[in-house]
Amino acid sequence: MEKLYGHPKSLVDVQSKYCPGCGHGVIHRLIAEAIDEMGVQDRTIFMNPVGCSIWADLYFDCDSVQVPHGRTPAGATGVKRMRPDHLVVCYQGDGDLAAIGTAEIVHAANRGEKFTVVFVNNAIYGMTGGQMAPTTLVGQKATTAPHGRDPDVAGMGYPIRVVEMLATLAGTRYLARGSVDTPANVRKTKQYIKKAFEAQMRGVGFTMVEVLSPCPTNWQMSPTEAVDWLKGNMIPYYGLGEIKNELDGAAVAAPAAEKRGAA
Amino acid sequence: MSDDKRLMKGNEAIGEAAIRAGCDAYFGYPITPQNELTAYMARYMLDSGRVFIQAESETAAMSMVYGASAAGGRAMTSSSSPGISLKQEGISYASGADVPCVVVNVQRAGPGLGGISPSQGDYFQATRGGGHGDYYNIVLAPKSVQEAADLTYEAFDLAEKWRTPVIVLADGLIGQMMEGVVLPPARDAGKRPDRPWAAGGRAETARSGSMRPINHICSMILDPPALEASVRARYERYARIEKELGRFESVNVDKARLVFVAYGTCARVCLGAIQLAKKEGLELGMVRPITLWPFPSAEIARVAQAGKRFLAVEMSMGQMVQDVRLAAEGKAKVDFFGRCGGVVPSEEEVLDYAKKLLAGAAGA
Repeated sequence: MEKLYGHPKSLVDVQSKYCPGCGHGVIHRLIAEAIDEMGVQDRTIFMNPVGCSIWADLYFDCDSVQVPHGRTPAGATGVKRMRPDHLVVCYQGDGDLAAIGTAEIVHAANRGEKFTVVFVNNAIYGMTGGQMAPTTLVGQKATTAPHGRDPDVAGMGYPIRVVEMLATLAGTRYLARGSVDTPANVRKTKQYIKKAFEAQMRGVGFTMVEVLSPCPTNWQMSPTEAVDWLKGNMIPYYGLGEIKNELDGAAVAAPAAEKRGAA
Repeated sequence: MSDDKRLMKGNEAIGEAAIRAGCDAYFGYPITPQNELTAYMARYMLDSGRVFIQAESETAAMSMVYGASAAGGRAMTSSSSPGISLKQEGISYASGADVPCVVVNVQRAGPGLGGISPSQGDYFQATRGGGHGDYYNIVLAPKSVQEAADLTYEAFDLAEKWRTPVIVLADGLIGQMMEGVVLPPARDAGKRPDRPWAAGGRAETARSGSMRPINHICSMILDPPALEASVRARYERYARIEKELGRFESVNVDKARLVFVAYGTCARVCLGAIQLAKKEGLELGMVRPITLWPFPSAEIARVAQAGKRFLAVEMSMGQMVQDVRLAAEGKAKVDFFGRCGGVVPSEEEVLDYAKKLLAGAAGA
């Protein structure tokens, strides 16, 4: 009998250290499935981030390179330029990519570096224990925003829509935002990731998939409450869809971005 | 190729030597006084189909070096003092993950933005690790354009052999001056040592029928005893480097009444002072460290045992002199003369100070 669904080959068969209800496990699986389907496991280099997902090298059964916090796109630039025939996957969280590594992501995208960034946006710092992230929503509480993110009086700034920001750069070819809150959105996110990976292997420019992901522990919610909060608060602000898709040559710029209402 | 002699700036000679050593990838960011090096690499790396990127920052450039080397390439960056401070993050990570690379520092005067004139003020930073954590890097100190080329060429091999970043510690004067240089032959890329530890290329090994295990290039070990064991293993390697690599040049040490200890530009100044002294019938000598880490401590100790006194001469407020004192272990007098702020000492003022010391009119 043919086995139709099982543990992805590119994921090591161990129990993860992630908290119950965390999105990393699902996102890891989507990446591994795409790698398996493309048959590129032995040509994949995973850029291991700083944050909760620093454990990724325990889980992905492929070579990995771990770089300083925020420098993943710089490290990946070096890796991909030396190994242009490999699938290079950057895995970054919101603090890593949108705070300490803002310069690196912007310039890697602008150079059109031919790797893929999977950007996990859970609107909070996970590993360090729930500090405010650049993507923390206005009013959302964090250990460093105890009364909620306050852009005005406390001067905490506004949540950054990274994908839309990068969409203005000529080096970017495919920018999408998915979510892992429902089975339908998980499936769509998988399609985005695979599309980006395939584009990378065809050698087109910079590709990135942002994934909205729950962090029940640091949001101080149950896993089901966290999914509901993501749906009710994050998706209205961070609209889902293919924000920029220039994979077929013609620019299909951001209708999704215009439809999205501001929070 | 070995008779390939050219008149070049130090910065350009470093670039050409790196290319001939098989540098696959260069990442840099503009900063004076090393800009000719980045421009040289832009022209000749791109023309030969290699990787050149003008990075968004020194920090990013260093992580690009780390990535390129982790993926099996020979990678290099260059900068000057303020930029080298920014690179310390990546240098610490490369040291912790045993990723070889070459970092050229064409030193200028600090602290802070300081000035753009030559300095040796980054000695502590270069020889004590420089970033966070327990580690050392090999540090090479050229005194001429020729030696800048030779040491840069060798730096790539040393980095790979010892799995560590190698710092070429030049200064603005070495970088900017022009001298004749005999360039080394271009390295045959096919004859490089294998990098079985690098990321990527598993598909090739799979085709040959023996899939190698996966490689993780990583400096993180959260289990304290395991991290300690890893650092201790690295320090055993450092002990072997100290045993094998310490390198120096000796000038007139046996006859000398006073022995200079100086490297790089200051060694040239001291050599001039030695020649001036000779005309006056005064015998002076010099120990010139070529490797600053490992420091040639055994030679300093030997000269100290022989009853000589030392004068360390630096373009700093006194950094290397501490290593001279450590090596002399109180068995010899060690004095210091230094200029800073981008001032290069003159042969005359160095000689004057040496004479004052010998007359008992200066020093400790």
